[in-house]
Amino acid sequence: MIVGVVAVQGAVSEHVSSLKRAMSGMGISGEVILVRGGDDVRKADALVIPGGESTTISKLLVRFGIRDAILERAARDDLPIMGTCAGMVLLSKDAGVQAKRTGTVLLELMDLAVDRNAFGRQRESFETELAVKGFDSPVHAVFIRAPAGTVARGDCEALATFDGKIVLARQGRRMAVAFHPELTDDTRIHEMFLKMV
Amino acid sequence: MVREINLNEMMHGTELIKRGFAAMQKGGVIMDVTNAQQAAIAEEAGAVAVMALERVPADIRAQGGVSRMSNPRIIREIIETVTIPVMAKVRIGHLVEAQILQAIGVDMIDESEVLTPADPFNHVWKHDFKVPFVCGARNLGEALRRIYEGAAMIRTKGEAGTGNVVEAVRHRRMIVGEIRECMNKDEVELMQFARKIEAPFELVREVARRGRLPVVDFAAGGIATPADAALMMQLGNDGVFVGSGIFKSGDPEQRAKAIVEAVLHYDNPARLAEISAGLGEPMVGIDIDTIPEKERLQERGW
Repeated sequence: MIVGVVAVQGAVSEHVSSLKRAMSGMGISGEVILVRGGDDVRKADALVIPGGESTTISKLLVRFGIRDAILERAARDDLPIMGTCAGMVLLSKDAGVQAKRTGTVLLELMDLAVDRNAFGRQRESFETELAVKGFDSPVHAVFIRAPAGTVARGDCEALATFDGKIVLARQGRRMAVAFHPELTDDTRIHEMFLKMV
Repeated sequence: MVREINLNEMMHGTELIKRGFAAMQKGGVIMDVTNAQQAAIAEEAGAVAVMALERVPADIRAQGGVSRMSNPRIIREIIETVTIPVMAKVRIGHLVEAQILQAIGVDMIDESEVLTPADPFNHVWKHDFKVPFVCGARNLGEALRRIYEGAAMIRTKGEAGTGNVVEAVRHRRMIVGEIRECMNKDEVELMQFARKIEAPFELVREVARRGRLPVVDFAAGGIATPADAALMMQLGNDGVFVGSGIFKSGDPEQRAKAIVEAVLHYDNPARLAEISAGLGEPMVGIDIDTIPEKERLQERGW
């Protein structure tokens, strides 16, 4: 199994190490590659879009041909994708006026509307225990200038909410995560994703 | 004792959140701006964050005088203009400037030698704040002292406002060299080493174990060209700060964009050649040897 991590900016190495730990824990053999261009997307069996700055990452995805390659694979529906934080924003269909104003180009791959920086600025960033559907104990979730889903439509299902906002959603083989599972030792979110591959 | 799990409890300003914020900046370029218009240009070019300050270092150097935190009104305008994080600088040891920036909603505070120091003895005790701090360092000891005080991110000091990358390289080389030195020592020798570099033993031991600083580690001070930015990335920095290099150059939009691309493709010389062509005039540089030692910004702080 080859899992790609989009490596244009943000918490890339953290995802690589979480994925490796999750894969070894699940007995999956494979490798984690850094995706820095369209060709890398074509090689991957699954893709993670990490947290970082969504405005920045979206511009770079377009500039480096990664966006087109993702959309090509998504049209054939043969690429499971997990987006965390900025990645959640990019997977959504609607990220509000802020995204429009800054020219953030979304991938629009999930029937989810999100609010960027839904909880505020860095000062308001927080950690909490989060109940997740299907997990027998809460996840320790780290929210950093985090987005949140406001509405999930159609097949898009909310798996966790905090303060009435959607912070984990799944649609088919795509997952949007508002917090940062790559910053803690708990690999259950990554495992949930790898099971889709 | 088992900690009771409260699903509604929110913990703010923890070490994990501060360092996590810094991790989100990795692979990015943070650009110095003095007003909202420059901030918009930086965001459009792909900056991960902007650093608000009153005057860019090159002007501080030319004009002299006391350099302070930016006017809060201008910082607010910048916050309202861009969606990327907004950072701002405070004078070394000026905890009230830091409190003001936290109250405005600045996302990260740079306790910076580029401004005139406010406390001749102490840096800010950064654990008292909910927002994360970045601080400059010239060597491993200085970096670890700042981390012990609560810095969530380190940058090289370099020599700001010169357009000359040599001091940033010097500081990066110093830090990397000392990290390697730690890695070859046993516990007893590490104790001696911690004493020599005047750093807390526990942090020295952590560096020896991990082979890197325990926080995100950027380059800053004198970066003026895409090649300079790529050089710092090849030396192992996690990202770069660009100060005067952008808005003191002939074509800020193009240069800002080029430096962002250079940080991403830092290990691809063919791409770097394309990126570096046709950029207009870089800022005029200054030879460090011509700056008297007491006028070097890097000598501020300890």
